[in-house]
Amino acid sequence: MTGATEATAGASPAPEGRRKERLDRGLKVRTEGLYAVNSYREITYLVGPRLLLILGLAVLPLLLPNLYWQRVLCVAGAYALLAISFDFLANYVGLVCVGGAFMTGVGGFTAGIFTYYLHVPWPISILLGTVLGAALVTLIWLPSLPLRGIYFAILTFMFPFLARGVILALGILGGTEGLGPVAGMDNIWIENYLVIVVLLVAVFGLRRLVGEDAGIVLRGVKDNDMAVQASGISVTRTKAKGLFIGSLAGCFAGAYIVHLYNFMGTSLFATDYSILPIAAAVMGGSGTLAGPMLGALILTPLSELLRGFGQLRVVLYALVLVGFILFKPEGLLNWLTRKYHQFEKWTKV
Amino acid sequence: MDILIYGLVNSFIYVLMAAGFTLVYGVSRLPNFAHGALYVLTGFLVWTFVNSAGLNYFVSILITVVIVALLGAFLYRFVLMRVRGMPVSEIIVSFAVALIILEGLRLQGIGGFKGFIGSSYTLPTFIDRTVSIAGVVIDAQRLLIVGIGLAIVIFMWIFTRRQKIGLAFRGMAQDEHAAMMLGIDSDLMAVLALAVGSSLAAIAAVAIYPLGQVTAETGYHVLNAALAVCIVGGLGSWMGAILASFIFGYATTFASFMGAAKYQDVILFGLIVLVLIIRPSGLFGRQKELEERV
Repeated sequence: MTGATEATAGASPAPEGRRKERLDRGLKVRTEGLYAVNSYREITYLVGPRLLLILGLAVLPLLLPNLYWQRVLCVAGAYALLAISFDFLANYVGLVCVGGAFMTGVGGFTAGIFTYYLHVPWPISILLGTVLGAALVTLIWLPSLPLRGIYFAILTFMFPFLARGVILALGILGGTEGLGPVAGMDNIWIENYLVIVVLLVAVFGLRRLVGEDAGIVLRGVKDNDMAVQASGISVTRTKAKGLFIGSLAGCFAGAYIVHLYNFMGTSLFATDYSILPIAAAVMGGSGTLAGPMLGALILTPLSELLRGFGQLRVVLYALVLVGFILFKPEGLLNWLTRKYHQFEKWTKV
Repeated sequence: MDILIYGLVNSFIYVLMAAGFTLVYGVSRLPNFAHGALYVLTGFLVWTFVNSAGLNYFVSILITVVIVALLGAFLYRFVLMRVRGMPVSEIIVSFAVALIILEGLRLQGIGGFKGFIGSSYTLPTFIDRTVSIAGVVIDAQRLLIVGIGLAIVIFMWIFTRRQKIGLAFRGMAQDEHAAMMLGIDSDLMAVLALAVGSSLAAIAAVAIYPLGQVTAETGYHVLNAALAVCIVGGLGSWMGAILASFIFGYATTFASFMGAAKYQDVILFGLIVLVLIIRPSGLFGRQKELEERV
């Protein structure tokens, strides 16, 4: 039998005398090779989940009842991008970035400056904000890249607060009150589909990237950086590349939010932008890239329903976070993937 | 002269803020991101005991320190112990606990709770008078901060060198596996370290809060200050933490005397980046340099 695995951690303690056995579905085994293209059933099995995601996201804006929920979808998309960025950096580059708000802040302000001061059309300033913002984030975090694990996390945690302090102290870029109105996007459909297209590109692009040679090097840096160094590859340079790619997603989210709200201010460095993506990534399933996106698309509307209760939203994310880390560390998407590919049965021991 | 004395006070404020965090990290290698939250919680509990329950100020301080210490121990036993050894989860979970406490204190309208917002929440000073030292007028509370800071430093020094538990702490800090072979219970020590570290946060809160207001935002500020001190001083190093506190204390005091008080964050930022470029492991960070940092 192929792929027989034992029930592992996370499952409830098994009763005496029997245990859970997991076996790969026959269909999964048949679709592993090239001959999967022989039958529609097998092609559907392979393409189905991906097609479901793409089509689901494509029709989602049409199904939403009113403008309010369409705006929520826009915000959820931005959070989803941040969550993907966190997941990519944490699980494929080994940089645990607890300060996603720094990316939204830098990306948002960069794009906002182009639109507000220089009157650049919004598509160009979002693009510039994304690329220049990511370059700026990489440059500012360059001195901290030799750090690992907790050290890097601690530093990234401090940056949004410090950046906010610097802006408030120097009174630049609008200071306390912020700047507005920043010219926005033309209508809600463009806003919706822009973020959906970027999301899909980010998910599928990053999934492709981590499978390529470059992705293997990135994961090498995460798992064993000494080995990478011994192979004659610069660890810091690789990390910088990874950080640049990861912050592209984060900075796009920031630039997008500025043009969505038509406003830029120090609220771009708010803790929400750091903590919700992490909660989404943990809830959706770390290391899957698509999972964090699903997590964000679930958590953001949920927190929107709780808007009336003020800070209860943040408490909610934090509770979701603690609950998932302690009791379901694998996350939703990993669990779903297992159910999709395998079946479970009880066997006598 | 002003700079000298107020710098000293500010330095000890940093020492107090960072002491608990350094201790916990040094002993159990756990970055306790709930440090700032425990600090704020102390202020809130003392305020509640004094103003709502009508208890004596010192009695309520005593009760609060015990409660916060227990909370720290529970935090390890029921939350952090389950994710120990996974740095990412440790950070995320402790930060999430911090958010639950901090933002929970700001909740409004549930059960008639008015939320912990605004400037009406202050703790009274212990001794309400000013003292003049070498021509510098200073209030007694600030002197008390120096006293408490010094007492904590001396207490920790004696504790970790003369007491059995303190020696076990040092053993854990130096080499956890060797300490476990010698019969030191790693989890028990971590529970104790979190209890002591949390009570240090509580003592710091009680000493520092009378100077300002009790708000949830101070939690982030304290956490950032503790992290900055530990990064610059080298994580888990007492000497480094004290030295870094003095650097920060005098730097910020100097800035505010030069009429640039609002640039404090900029200075903090600059110092951290500078230290990272010159010495990535911090001023005194030697332990496990190779493994922790490339």
